[in-house]
Amino acid sequence: MCGIVGLFLKDPALEPELGRLTAGMLATMSDRGPDSAGFAVYGAGEAGQTKLTLRGTSPLSMEERASEIEAAFPGAQTTLHDTHAVIAVPDQEVEALIKWIEREAPETEIVGRGNRMEVFKEVGLPEKVAERFGLAGMRGTHAIGHTRMATESAVTTDGAHPYSTGKDQCLVHNGSLSNHNNLRRSLRREGLEFETENDTEVAAGYLTWRMREGLSLGDALKVSLDDLDGFYTFVVGTENGFGVLRDGIACKPAVMAETDQYVAFGSEYRVLANLPGIETARVWEPEPATVYFWER
Amino acid sequence: MPDIDLSVTPLRELNAALHKLTPETNERHWVIEHPAGGHAIAAGLNVPVTVEINGSVGYYCAGMNKLATVLVHGSAGVGVAENMMSGFVHVSGDASQAAGATGRGGLLRIDGNASSRCGISMKGIDIVVKGSVGHMSAFMAQTGNLVVLGDAGDSLGDSIYEARLFVRGSVKSLGADCIEKDMRDEHKAAVHDVLTQAGLDGEVDPSEFKRYGSARTLYTFNVDHAGEY
Repeated sequence: MCGIVGLFLKDPALEPELGRLTAGMLATMSDRGPDSAGFAVYGAGEAGQTKLTLRGTSPLSMEERASEIEAAFPGAQTTLHDTHAVIAVPDQEVEALIKWIEREAPETEIVGRGNRMEVFKEVGLPEKVAERFGLAGMRGTHAIGHTRMATESAVTTDGAHPYSTGKDQCLVHNGSLSNHNNLRRSLRREGLEFETENDTEVAAGYLTWRMREGLSLGDALKVSLDDLDGFYTFVVGTENGFGVLRDGIACKPAVMAETDQYVAFGSEYRVLANLPGIETARVWEPEPATVYFWER
Repeated sequence: MPDIDLSVTPLRELNAALHKLTPETNERHWVIEHPAGGHAIAAGLNVPVTVEINGSVGYYCAGMNKLATVLVHGSAGVGVAENMMSGFVHVSGDASQAAGATGRGGLLRIDGNASSRCGISMKGIDIVVKGSVGHMSAFMAQTGNLVVLGDAGDSLGDSIYEARLFVRGSVKSLGADCIEKDMRDEHKAAVHDVLTQAGLDGEVDPSEFKRYGSARTLYTFNVDHAGEY
């Protein structure tokens, strides 16, 4: 099953509400995905700074790692969120920080990287996961989230979405891919690394590879229709926007709503039912095999 | 006239109350507020009452409906009026996938568009869609009439049996074993009948529709038994 939510604000007046609205949408999707939940929030970004979102093994160990990072990188600003920490460093220090993490804190996972994107994911009921990370208090321009009912790989935090596909880019997925093992082997030959047996990680890796080869995100999504076998609804977050793609059969549900203030995505209409102005919003189902994209 | 606010009353309580109704009930007109896309609202009704829902509903609204009239003033999620036996279901907005799936009788009217697989495996239900229907509509449809005032998506009527499909607009593509057929007077009369039952008498001219049905090459069809379908 799995549930997906996405909220892309057009009206800056709603930005302080982004986290609260997304948390509500995510909680509604608990019964489509009670195993784990995750979300990416696009908040404020400072020019010349890169944010890494790190996932530790426990809140305590993350706190310890964060203070070690602050000691090793005096320019780093850290914000703790339960098992995760967001570390902002000057762009030129990012590679050194990543090397430091790989060497000194190998148990720590880098789940997101970008100027604006922060990514959080954990095992547990979506409502609880959102609470632990304080989603309701977060502000920003757009967010995507996922609630997982595991089918293709184990219930672990590694198997939780979103998956990062590059700087300020991430992907959530509802469905299952049937050629992910083959594709993973091919992509490994292209030099991509995979941490899990999860099918969505392969889709994320595929898009990363296509964009590395020079395609735009929209074009990468278009060619994915030929290369990914299975059924899926993807929602992709980028620094300035978000995109939606359903496979040609479109058996995985998707509903969208648009007003002057926002574009919203939900696996079911229930997700959208409490958004402001939904009574007069344009509500529709995205067409199969069609790439949708919004930017601001 | 019971007036149920689903932001206060649990959905299961509402459905349990509806299921308890007997044919002699005096509570014949129910109004539901704040459905908020909830699933299985007014599913499994078995008595001739009217349930009016103010807002959009989730999956399987009015599923398995028998005798009742269910009016949705909003849009409906997957499988509205799924396996309906009789009665009338009216959606004023759009309907998601598989509207009227496997329906055995009654009438489903959708004023907006219906998504993919509208009327999949229909078995006697009549479906009227004022807008368009999505891909794979009337897949393996067996009997009944699907009347579409707008367009139809890809693979209309794939692997169809004896259901009759009438489309006024364009058809993106026909599915396996589905062909266009002559629109004779009896078919115009059939379209007129269904439109009249749906309350759309006079809105469109039945002769504007094209008829699609089975080429009968994919299943064992014996012409001597044609009258039994």
